[in-house]
Amino acid sequence: MDHFPLSWGRPRNDAVDAYGTFPIQQRPNHGQDTFSSGIQHTQQPIVTGTSVLAIKFKDGIMMAADNLASYGSLARFRDIKRLHAVGEHTVIGAGGDMGDFQYIQSIMDELMIDEFAAQDGHALGPAEVHNYLSELMYARRSKMDPLWNAILVGGFKDGQRFLAFVDLLGTTYSASTLATGYGAHIAQPLLRRAVEGREDTLDAAEAEKIIEQSMQVLFYRDARSLDKYQIATITAEGVKISESRKLETSWSFAEGIRGYGAQTQ
Amino acid sequence: MTSIGTGYDLSASTYSPDGRIFQVEYANKAVENSGTAIGLKVKDGVVLAVEKLVHSKLLVPGANRRIQTVDRHIGMATAGLPADGRTVANRARDEAANFRDVYRSPPTLKSITDRLGHFVQMYTLYSSVRPFGISTILGAVDKDGPALYVIEPSGVFYGYHGAAVGKGRQLAKTELEKLKLAELTAREAVIEAARIIYLVHEDAKEKEFELEMSWIGPETNGLHVPVPDDLLKEAEAKAREALESGFE
Repeated sequence: MDHFPLSWGRPRNDAVDAYGTFPIQQRPNHGQDTFSSGIQHTQQPIVTGTSVLAIKFKDGIMMAADNLASYGSLARFRDIKRLHAVGEHTVIGAGGDMGDFQYIQSIMDELMIDEFAAQDGHALGPAEVHNYLSELMYARRSKMDPLWNAILVGGFKDGQRFLAFVDLLGTTYSASTLATGYGAHIAQPLLRRAVEGREDTLDAAEAEKIIEQSMQVLFYRDARSLDKYQIATITAEGVKISESRKLETSWSFAEGIRGYGAQTQ
Repeated sequence: MTSIGTGYDLSASTYSPDGRIFQVEYANKAVENSGTAIGLKVKDGVVLAVEKLVHSKLLVPGANRRIQTVDRHIGMATAGLPADGRTVANRARDEAANFRDVYRSPPTLKSITDRLGHFVQMYTLYSSVRPFGISTILGAVDKDGPALYVIEPSGVFYGYHGAAVGKGRQLAKTELEKLKLAELTAREAVIEAARIIYLVHEDAKEKEFELEMSWIGPETNGLHVPVPDDLLKEAEAKAREALESGFE
Protein backbone atom coordinates (compact mmCIF):
# COMPACT_ATOMS: atom_id res chain seq x y z
CA MET A 1 0.00 0.00 0.00
CA ASP A 2 1.36 3.41 -0.94
CA HIS A 3 0.36 5.72 1.85
CA PHE A 4 1.04 8.97 0.00
CA PRO A 5 -2.20 10.45 -1.34
CA LEU A 6 -0.31 12.36 -4.02
CA SER A 7 0.78 9.03 -5.49
CA TRP A 8 -2.71 7.60 -5.73
CA GLY A 9 -4.19 7.21 -9.18
CA ARG A 10 -0.78 7.31 -10.83
CA PRO A 11 1.12 4.53 -12.59
CA ARG A 12 2.92 2.17 -10.22
CA ASN A 13 6.68 2.63 -10.02
CA ASP A 14 8.23 -0.78 -9.46
CA ALA A 15 11.72 0.67 -9.40
CA VAL A 16 11.06 1.86 -5.87
CA ASP A 17 10.47 -0.33 -2.82
CA ALA A 18 7.57 1.33 -1.03
CA TYR A 19 8.46 -0.54 2.17
CA GLY A 20 12.21 0.07 2.12
CA THR A 21 13.40 2.30 4.93
CA PHE A 22 17.16 1.97 4.55
CA PRO A 23 19.07 4.19 3.98
CA ILE A 24 15.96 6.29 3.66
CA GLN A 25 12.31 5.88 2.74
CA GLN A 26 11.72 6.68 -0.94
CA ARG A 27 8.63 8.03 -2.59
CA PRO A 28 7.65 6.42 -5.86
CA ASN A 29 7.05 9.73 -7.63
CA HIS A 30 9.73 11.74 -5.99
CA GLY A 31 9.97 15.31 -7.23
CA GLN A 32 6.76 15.24 -9.21
CA ASP A 33 4.33 17.20 -7.11
CA THR A 34 0.87 17.53 -8.53
CA PHE A 35 1.10 21.27 -9.05
CA SER A 36 4.75 21.62 -10.03
CA SER A 37 3.85 22.17 -13.65
CA GLY A 38 1.67 25.08 -12.53
CA ILE A 39 4.55 27.10 -11.09
CA GLN A 40 5.81 29.70 -13.53
CA HIS A 41 8.77 32.00 -13.31
CA THR A 42 9.23 35.44 -14.81
CA GLN A 43 10.64 34.98 -18.28
CA GLN A 44 10.21 38.46 -19.68
CA PRO A 45 9.26 41.90 -18.43
CA ILE A 46 5.72 43.02 -19.32
CA VAL A 47 5.15 46.69 -18.50
CA THR A 48 8.54 48.32 -18.87
CA GLY A 49 10.35 51.53 -18.15
CA THR A 50 13.35 52.56 -20.21
CA SER A 51 16.60 54.34 -19.27
CA VAL A 52 17.61 55.89 -15.96
CA LEU A 53 20.54 58.32 -15.90
CA ALA A 54 22.61 59.44 -12.94
CA ILE A 55 25.76 61.49 -12.40
CA LYS A 56 27.90 62.67 -9.54
CA PHE A 57 28.30 66.41 -9.11
CA LYS A 58 29.88 68.75 -6.59
CA ASP A 59 27.16 68.53 -3.94
CA GLY A 60 25.88 64.99 -4.46
CA ILE A 61 24.04 62.91 -7.01
CA MET A 62 21.58 63.82 -9.74
CA MET A 63 19.34 61.19 -11.29
CA ALA A 64 16.68 61.30 -14.01
CA ALA A 65 14.08 59.02 -15.55
CA ASP A 66 11.10 59.67 -17.79
CA ASN A 67 7.47 59.01 -16.78
CA LEU A 68 6.66 56.32 -19.34
CA ALA A 69 5.78 52.68 -18.72
CA SER A 70 5.45 50.84 -22.05
CA TYR A 71 3.41 47.73 -22.77
CA GLY A 72 5.58 46.26 -25.49
CA SER A 73 5.87 49.08 -28.03
CA LEU A 74 2.65 50.72 -26.81
CA ALA A 75 3.17 53.85 -24.70
CA ARG A 76 0.71 52.50 -22.12
CA PHE A 77 1.20 54.56 -18.90
CA ARG A 78 2.47 58.11 -19.26
CA ASP A 79 2.57 59.23 -15.63
CA ILE A 80 4.58 56.49 -13.92
CA LYS A 81 7.13 57.56 -11.33
CA ARG A 82 10.38 55.67 -11.76
CA LEU A 83 12.39 57.53 -9.12
CA HIS A 84 11.70 56.55 -5.52
CA ALA A 85 13.10 57.98 -2.30
CA VAL A 86 14.30 55.40 0.25
CA GLY A 87 14.67 57.16 3.58
CA GLU A 88 16.33 60.56 3.91
CA HIS A 89 19.56 59.90 2.04
CA THR A 90 18.81 57.67 -0.94
CA VAL A 91 16.96 57.55 -4.26
CA ILE A 92 16.48 54.46 -6.40
CA GLY A 93 15.55 54.67 -10.08
CA ALA A 94 14.62 51.68 -12.18
CA GLY A 95 14.22 50.52 -15.73
CA GLY A 96 12.68 47.17 -16.64
CA ASP A 97 9.46 45.68 -15.29
CA MET A 98 7.46 48.33 -13.47
CA GLY A 99 5.43 45.78 -11.53
CA ASP A 100 8.63 44.33 -10.14
CA PHE A 101 9.90 47.84 -9.37
CA GLN A 102 6.75 48.73 -7.46
CA TYR A 103 7.19 45.49 -5.49
CA ILE A 104 10.77 46.54 -4.72
CA GLN A 105 9.48 49.93 -3.57
CA SER A 106 7.14 48.26 -1.09
CA ILE A 107 10.02 46.11 0.22
CA MET A 108 12.19 49.20 0.67
CA ASP A 109 9.37 51.08 2.42
CA GLU A 110 8.88 48.20 4.84
CA LEU A 111 12.62 48.03 5.45
CA MET A 112 12.76 51.73 6.26
CA ILE A 113 9.86 51.41 8.71
CA ASP A 114 11.62 48.51 10.46
CA GLU A 115 14.75 50.63 10.73
CA PHE A 116 12.76 53.61 12.00
CA ALA A 117 11.02 51.47 14.63
CA ALA A 118 14.37 50.28 15.98
CA GLN A 119 15.04 53.89 17.12
CA ASP A 120 18.71 53.07 17.59
CA GLY A 121 20.00 56.35 16.22
CA HIS A 122 21.20 54.77 12.98
CA ALA A 123 19.74 55.25 9.52
CA LEU A 124 20.39 53.18 6.42
CA GLY A 125 22.42 55.07 3.83
CA PRO A 126 22.69 54.53 0.08
CA ALA A 127 25.53 51.98 0.44
CA GLU A 128 23.42 49.79 2.70
CA VAL A 129 20.36 50.13 0.49
CA HIS A 130 22.42 49.20 -2.58
CA ASN A 131 23.87 46.13 -0.89
CA TYR A 132 20.44 45.04 0.33
CA LEU A 133 19.10 45.36 -3.21
CA SER A 134 22.00 43.42 -4.71
CA GLU A 135 21.42 40.55 -2.26
CA LEU A 136 17.71 40.62 -3.05
CA MET A 137 18.25 40.61 -6.83
CA TYR A 138 20.88 37.86 -6.64
CA ALA A 139 18.68 35.70 -4.41
CA ARG A 140 15.82 35.99 -6.86
CA ARG A 141 17.92 35.23 -9.95
CA SER A 142 19.26 32.18 -8.07
CA LYS A 143 15.68 30.95 -7.75
CA MET A 144 15.42 31.36 -11.52
CA ASP A 145 12.74 33.96 -10.79
CA PRO A 146 14.42 37.34 -11.17
CA LEU A 147 13.00 40.78 -10.49
CA TRP A 148 13.39 42.14 -14.00
CA ASN A 149 15.00 45.50 -13.34
CA ALA A 150 18.14 47.51 -13.74
CA ILE A 151 18.38 49.88 -10.80
CA LEU A 152 20.51 52.91 -10.02
CA VAL A 153 21.05 53.73 -6.36
CA GLY A 154 22.18 57.26 -5.62
CA GLY A 155 22.61 58.99 -2.30
CA PHE A 156 24.47 61.27 0.02
CA LYS A 157 25.23 60.51 3.66
CA ASP A 158 27.89 61.57 6.17
CA GLY A 159 29.52 63.86 3.59
CA GLN A 160 29.90 61.03 1.07
CA ARG A 161 28.36 60.68 -2.38
CA PHE A 162 27.28 57.25 -3.48
CA LEU A 163 26.24 56.03 -6.90
CA ALA A 164 25.95 52.40 -7.97
CA PHE A 165 24.11 50.01 -10.24
CA VAL A 166 22.42 46.66 -9.66
CA ASP A 167 20.47 44.55 -12.16
CA LEU A 168 18.28 41.47 -12.37
CA LEU A 169 21.31 39.16 -12.12
CA GLY A 170 22.61 40.83 -8.98
CA THR A 171 25.49 42.37 -10.92
CA THR A 172 26.80 45.54 -9.34
CA TYR A 173 29.20 48.27 -10.34
CA SER A 174 29.88 51.86 -9.55
CA ALA A 175 31.03 54.88 -11.55
CA SER A 176 30.69 58.63 -11.57
CA THR A 177 28.16 58.41 -14.40
CA LEU A 178 25.68 55.57 -14.79
CA ALA A 179 22.85 54.76 -17.18
CA THR A 180 20.54 51.78 -17.59
CA GLY A 181 18.88 50.27 -20.65
CA TYR A 182 19.08 52.16 -23.92
CA GLY A 183 20.73 55.03 -22.09
CA ALA A 184 23.72 52.80 -21.33
CA HIS A 185 24.43 52.84 -25.07
CA ILE A 186 23.32 56.32 -26.10
CA ALA A 187 23.69 58.56 -23.04
CA GLN A 188 26.57 57.00 -21.14
CA PRO A 189 29.30 58.22 -23.57
CA LEU A 190 27.82 61.73 -23.47
CA LEU A 191 27.67 61.71 -19.67
CA ARG A 192 31.24 60.44 -19.38
CA ARG A 193 32.56 63.16 -21.67
CA ALA A 194 30.68 65.82 -19.71
CA VAL A 195 31.32 64.61 -16.15
CA GLU A 196 34.46 62.51 -15.77
CA GLY A 197 37.22 64.48 -14.07
CA ARG A 198 34.79 67.28 -13.17
CA GLU A 199 32.78 65.50 -10.44
CA ASP A 200 34.02 67.90 -7.76
CA THR A 201 33.52 71.14 -9.71
CA LEU A 202 30.18 70.70 -11.47
CA ASP A 203 27.46 72.68 -9.74
CA ALA A 204 23.79 71.74 -9.63
CA ALA A 205 22.82 73.95 -12.58
CA GLU A 206 25.55 72.48 -14.81
CA ALA A 207 24.67 68.95 -13.75
CA GLU A 208 21.04 69.59 -14.55
CA LYS A 209 22.01 70.88 -17.99
CA ILE A 210 24.01 67.72 -18.71
CA ILE A 211 21.15 65.48 -17.59
CA GLU A 212 18.65 67.49 -19.61
CA GLN A 213 20.71 67.27 -22.80
CA SER A 214 21.14 63.52 -22.39
CA MET A 215 17.41 63.04 -21.80
CA GLN A 216 16.76 65.04 -24.95
CA VAL A 217 19.09 62.87 -27.04
CA LEU A 218 17.42 59.78 -25.56
CA PHE A 219 13.98 61.08 -26.46
CA TYR A 220 15.10 61.61 -30.05
CA ARG A 221 16.72 58.18 -30.32
CA ASP A 222 14.83 55.85 -27.96
CA ALA A 223 11.44 54.82 -29.33
CA ARG A 224 10.33 53.71 -25.83
CA SER A 225 10.93 57.08 -24.18
CA LEU A 226 8.83 60.10 -23.33
CA ASP A 227 9.50 63.84 -23.22
CA LYS A 228 8.05 63.98 -19.69
CA TYR A 229 10.61 63.23 -17.00
CA GLN A 230 11.71 63.88 -13.42
CA ILE A 231 15.03 64.77 -11.83
CA ALA A 232 16.09 63.68 -8.36
CA THR A 233 18.79 65.58 -6.49
CA ILE A 234 20.39 64.06 -3.42
CA THR A 235 22.66 66.34 -1.39
CA ALA A 236 23.56 67.02 2.23
CA GLU A 237 20.15 68.70 2.52
CA GLY A 238 18.41 65.42 1.70
CA VAL A 239 16.35 64.10 -1.19
CA LYS A 240 14.48 66.24 -3.67
CA ILE A 241 12.48 64.68 -6.51
CA SER A 242 11.19 67.29 -8.96
CA GLU A 243 7.73 67.52 -10.44
CA SER A 244 7.40 66.15 -13.96
CA ARG A 245 8.92 68.45 -16.55
CA LYS A 246 8.74 68.60 -20.35
CA LEU A 247 11.69 68.37 -22.77
CA GLU A 248 12.17 71.09 -25.38
CA THR A 249 12.38 69.33 -28.71
CA SER A 250 12.35 70.43 -32.32
CA TRP A 251 11.21 68.18 -35.13
CA SER A 252 11.55 70.53 -38.12
CA PHE A 253 14.57 68.55 -39.38
CA ALA A 254 12.26 65.60 -39.95
CA GLU A 255 10.99 67.27 -43.13
CA GLY A 256 14.27 66.61 -44.86
CA ILE A 257 14.59 62.97 -43.94
CA ARG A 258 13.92 60.57 -46.82
CA GLY A 259 13.02 56.93 -46.55
CA TYR A 260 10.30 57.14 -43.90
CA GLY A 261 6.68 58.22 -43.89
CA ALA A 262 4.61 59.54 -46.74
CA GLN A 263 7.23 60.71 -49.28
CA THR A 264 7.30 58.69 -52.45
CA GLN A 265 10.61 60.03 -53.76
CA MET B 1 -6.34 37.16 48.83
CA THR B 2 -9.30 34.79 48.76
CA SER B 3 -7.93 32.87 45.79
CA ILE B 4 -4.95 31.44 47.62
CA GLY B 5 -5.26 27.77 48.43
CA THR B 6 -8.51 27.30 46.57
CA GLY B 7 -6.84 25.79 43.51
CA TYR B 8 -8.59 28.08 41.05
CA ASP B 9 -5.54 30.25 40.53
CA LEU B 10 -3.21 27.65 39.06
CA SER B 11 -4.16 28.15 35.44
CA ALA B 12 -5.56 30.83 33.17
CA SER B 13 -7.89 28.21 31.72
CA THR B 14 -9.87 27.71 34.95
CA TYR B 15 -12.60 30.00 36.26
CA SER B 16 -13.17 30.41 39.98
CA PRO B 17 -16.75 29.55 41.06
CA ASP B 18 -17.63 33.26 41.09
CA GLY B 19 -16.45 33.71 37.49
CA ARG B 20 -13.00 35.22 37.88
CA ILE B 21 -9.71 34.22 36.30
CA PHE B 22 -7.14 34.66 39.02
CA GLN B 23 -4.08 34.37 36.75
CA VAL B 24 -5.28 37.47 34.90
CA GLU B 25 -5.71 39.31 38.19
CA TYR B 26 -2.17 38.35 39.20
CA ALA B 27 -0.97 39.73 35.89
CA ASN B 28 -2.56 43.03 36.91
CA LYS B 29 -0.47 42.88 40.10
CA ALA B 30 2.68 42.68 37.98
CA VAL B 31 1.55 45.91 36.30
CA GLU B 32 0.86 47.62 39.59
CA ASN B 33 4.42 46.99 40.78
CA SER B 34 5.92 48.76 37.79
CA GLY B 35 6.99 52.39 37.36
CA THR B 36 4.18 54.64 36.12
CA ALA B 37 3.51 55.19 32.43
CA ILE B 38 1.16 57.89 31.16
CA GLY B 39 -0.24 58.98 27.83
CA LEU B 40 -1.86 62.29 26.88
CA LYS B 41 -4.01 62.79 23.80
CA VAL B 42 -4.14 66.51 23.09
CA LYS B 43 -5.34 68.93 20.42
CA ASP B 44 -2.65 68.25 17.84
CA GLY B 45 -0.81 65.15 19.02
CA VAL B 46 0.02 62.51 21.58
CA VAL B 47 2.66 62.41 24.33
CA LEU B 48 3.89 59.27 26.11
CA ALA B 49 5.91 59.44 29.34
CA VAL B 50 7.38 56.72 31.52
CA GLU B 51 8.86 56.71 35.02
CA LYS B 52 11.60 54.17 34.42
CA LEU B 53 12.87 52.91 37.76
CA VAL B 54 16.61 52.30 37.64
CA HIS B 55 17.33 49.29 39.83
CA SER B 56 21.11 49.52 39.59
CA LYS B 57 23.65 52.33 39.33
CA LEU B 58 25.67 50.06 37.04
CA LEU B 59 23.12 50.28 34.24
CA VAL B 60 23.96 52.34 31.17
CA PRO B 61 21.75 55.46 31.08
CA GLY B 62 18.91 54.98 28.59
CA ALA B 63 19.03 51.17 28.83
CA ASN B 64 15.87 49.03 28.92
CA ARG B 65 13.60 51.44 27.14
CA ARG B 66 9.91 51.12 27.89
CA ILE B 67 8.67 53.34 25.09
CA GLN B 68 8.85 51.68 21.71
CA THR B 69 7.99 52.55 18.13
CA VAL B 70 5.46 50.42 16.29
CA ASP B 71 5.15 52.26 13.00
CA ARG B 72 6.22 55.69 11.76
CA HIS B 73 3.20 57.28 13.42
CA ILE B 74 2.50 54.81 16.26
CA GLY B 75 4.24 54.52 19.61
CA MET B 76 3.63 52.49 22.74
CA ALA B 77 4.60 52.61 26.40
CA THR B 78 4.31 49.63 28.74
CA ALA B 79 4.06 49.14 32.47
CA GLY B 80 4.84 45.70 33.89
CA LEU B 81 7.36 43.07 32.84
CA PRO B 82 9.77 44.73 30.39
CA ALA B 83 10.31 41.53 28.40
CA ASP B 84 6.56 41.12 27.87
CA GLY B 85 6.53 44.71 26.62
CA ARG B 86 9.08 43.89 23.96
CA THR B 87 7.12 40.81 22.86
CA VAL B 88 3.94 42.83 22.45
CA ALA B 89 5.87 45.60 20.64
CA ASN B 90 7.28 43.07 18.19
CA ARG B 91 3.82 41.71 17.55
CA ALA B 92 2.50 45.24 17.10
CA ARG B 93 5.18 45.95 14.47
CA ASP B 94 4.28 42.75 12.64
CA GLU B 95 0.61 43.69 12.68
CA ALA B 96 1.36 47.18 11.38
CA ALA B 97 3.52 45.76 8.57
CA ASN B 98 0.80 43.23 7.75
CA PHE B 99 -1.81 45.99 7.63
CA ARG B 100 0.34 47.97 5.21
CA ASP B 101 0.93 44.87 3.10
CA VAL B 102 -2.78 44.11 2.80
CA TYR B 103 -4.27 47.61 2.54
CA ARG B 104 -1.30 49.62 1.14
CA SER B 105 -1.97 52.43 3.63
CA PRO B 106 -0.75 53.42 7.09
CA PRO B 107 -2.71 51.55 9.79
CA THR B 108 -5.08 53.40 12.09
CA LEU B 109 -4.32 52.98 15.77
CA LYS B 110 -7.73 51.43 16.29
CA SER B 111 -7.00 48.59 13.89
CA ILE B 112 -3.62 47.83 15.48
CA THR B 113 -5.05 48.00 19.02
CA ASP B 114 -7.86 45.68 18.01
CA ARG B 115 -5.43 43.08 16.69
CA LEU B 116 -3.15 43.42 19.72
CA GLY B 117 -6.13 43.10 22.04
CA HIS B 118 -6.95 39.77 20.44
CA PHE B 119 -3.32 38.70 20.74
CA VAL B 120 -3.20 39.52 24.46
CA GLN B 121 -6.54 37.84 25.10
CA MET B 122 -5.29 34.58 23.57
CA TYR B 123 -2.86 34.31 26.49
CA THR B 124 -5.75 34.20 28.95
CA LEU B 125 -7.26 31.04 27.47
CA TYR B 126 -4.77 28.22 27.92
CA SER B 127 -3.16 26.48 30.87
CA SER B 128 0.09 26.22 28.91
CA VAL B 129 0.69 29.97 28.75
CA ARG B 130 0.85 32.89 31.14
CA PRO B 131 -1.09 36.12 30.56
CA PHE B 132 1.02 39.17 29.69
CA GLY B 133 2.12 41.03 32.81
CA ILE B 134 1.80 44.43 31.17
CA SER B 135 -0.63 47.21 30.44
CA THR B 136 0.14 48.89 27.14
CA ILE B 137 -0.53 52.53 26.29
CA LEU B 138 -0.70 53.01 22.53
CA GLY B 139 -0.58 56.45 20.98
CA ALA B 140 -0.74 57.65 17.38
CA VAL B 141 -1.71 60.43 15.06
CA ASP B 142 -3.48 58.70 12.18
CA LYS B 143 -5.90 59.74 9.44
CA ASP B 144 -8.55 60.42 12.08
CA GLY B 145 -6.24 62.60 14.20
CA PRO B 146 -4.66 61.84 17.58
CA ALA B 147 -5.62 58.56 19.26
CA LEU B 148 -4.83 56.89 22.58
CA TYR B 149 -5.66 53.37 23.79
CA VAL B 150 -4.79 51.14 26.73
CA ILE B 151 -4.69 47.34 26.51
CA GLU B 152 -4.91 45.48 29.81
CA PRO B 153 -3.60 41.96 30.61
CA SER B 154 -7.09 40.55 30.06
CA GLY B 155 -7.04 41.76 26.47
CA VAL B 156 -9.69 44.45 26.91
CA PHE B 157 -8.84 47.85 25.49
CA TYR B 158 -10.39 51.28 25.88
CA GLY B 159 -9.80 54.60 24.16
CA TYR B 160 -8.77 57.49 26.41
CA HIS B 161 -8.08 61.22 26.42
CA GLY B 162 -5.48 60.66 29.11
CA ALA B 163 -4.24 57.34 30.46
CA ALA B 164 -2.08 56.17 33.36
CA VAL B 165 -0.88 52.67 34.28
CA GLY B 166 1.55 51.29 36.83
CA LYS B 167 2.30 52.10 40.44
CA GLY B 168 1.35 55.78 40.51
CA ARG B 169 -1.69 55.58 38.24
CA GLN B 170 -4.23 56.85 40.77
CA LEU B 171 -2.45 60.13 41.46
CA ALA B 172 -1.52 60.47 37.80
CA LYS B 173 -5.16 60.06 36.75
CA THR B 174 -6.24 62.73 39.22
CA GLU B 175 -3.63 65.10 37.76
CA LEU B 176 -4.65 64.25 34.18
CA GLU B 177 -8.27 65.02 34.98
CA LYS B 178 -7.29 68.54 36.04
CA LEU B 179 -5.85 69.28 32.58
CA LYS B 180 -7.82 70.62 29.64
CA LEU B 181 -6.37 67.98 27.35
CA ALA B 182 -8.35 68.97 24.27
CA GLU B 183 -6.89 72.50 24.41
CA LEU B 184 -3.22 71.68 25.01
CA THR B 185 -0.62 71.54 22.26
CA ALA B 186 1.80 68.62 22.12
CA ARG B 187 4.63 70.87 23.33
CA GLU B 188 2.60 71.98 26.37
CA ALA B 189 1.62 68.37 27.02
CA VAL B 190 5.29 67.37 27.20
CA ILE B 191 5.78 69.83 30.09
CA GLU B 192 2.65 68.56 31.87
CA ALA B 193 3.59 64.91 31.35
CA ALA B 194 7.04 65.46 32.87
CA ARG B 195 5.47 67.26 35.82
CA ILE B 196 3.05 64.41 36.50
CA ILE B 197 5.76 61.73 36.33
CA TYR B 198 7.96 63.70 38.74
CA LEU B 199 4.98 64.24 41.04
CA VAL B 200 3.94 60.59 41.26
CA HIS B 201 7.56 59.56 41.73
CA GLU B 202 8.02 61.99 44.61
CA ASP B 203 4.79 60.73 46.14
CA ALA B 204 6.00 57.12 46.26
CA LYS B 205 9.58 58.00 47.34
CA GLU B 206 11.08 55.33 45.18
CA LYS B 207 14.67 54.70 44.17
CA GLU B 208 16.32 56.49 41.25
CA PHE B 209 14.38 56.93 38.01
CA GLU B 210 14.82 58.11 34.44
CA LEU B 211 12.14 60.10 32.65
CA GLU B 212 11.48 58.63 29.22
CA MET B 213 9.27 60.63 26.86
CA SER B 214 8.17 60.45 23.24
CA TRP B 215 5.69 62.43 21.20
CA ILE B 216 3.82 62.60 17.92
CA GLY B 217 2.64 65.94 16.63
CA PRO B 218 3.07 68.71 14.09
CA GLU B 219 6.63 69.37 15.28
CA THR B 220 7.63 65.76 14.54
CA ASN B 221 5.94 65.66 11.10
CA GLY B 222 3.53 63.08 12.45
CA LEU B 223 6.36 60.69 13.37
CA HIS B 224 6.70 58.93 16.72
CA VAL B 225 10.09 60.06 18.03
CA PRO B 226 11.73 60.64 21.42
CA VAL B 227 11.22 64.15 22.80
CA PRO B 228 14.33 66.15 21.76
CA ASP B 229 16.99 66.63 24.44
CA ASP B 230 16.55 70.39 24.90
CA LEU B 231 12.78 70.09 25.37
CA LEU B 232 13.26 67.13 27.72
CA LYS B 233 15.73 69.13 29.83
CA GLU B 234 13.34 72.08 29.91
CA ALA B 235 10.41 69.86 30.93
CA GLU B 236 12.46 68.19 33.68
CA ALA B 237 13.62 71.55 35.04
CA LYS B 238 10.05 72.84 35.13
CA ALA B 239 8.87 69.60 36.76
CA ARG B 240 11.42 69.97 39.59
CA GLU B 241 10.46 73.62 39.96
CA ALA B 242 6.78 72.73 40.27
CA LEU B 243 7.60 70.08 42.86
CA GLU B 244 9.58 72.46 45.04
CA SER B 245 6.97 75.20 44.90
CA GLY B 246 4.32 72.58 45.75
CA PHE B 247 6.05 71.68 49.02
CA GLU B 248 6.27 75.18 50.46
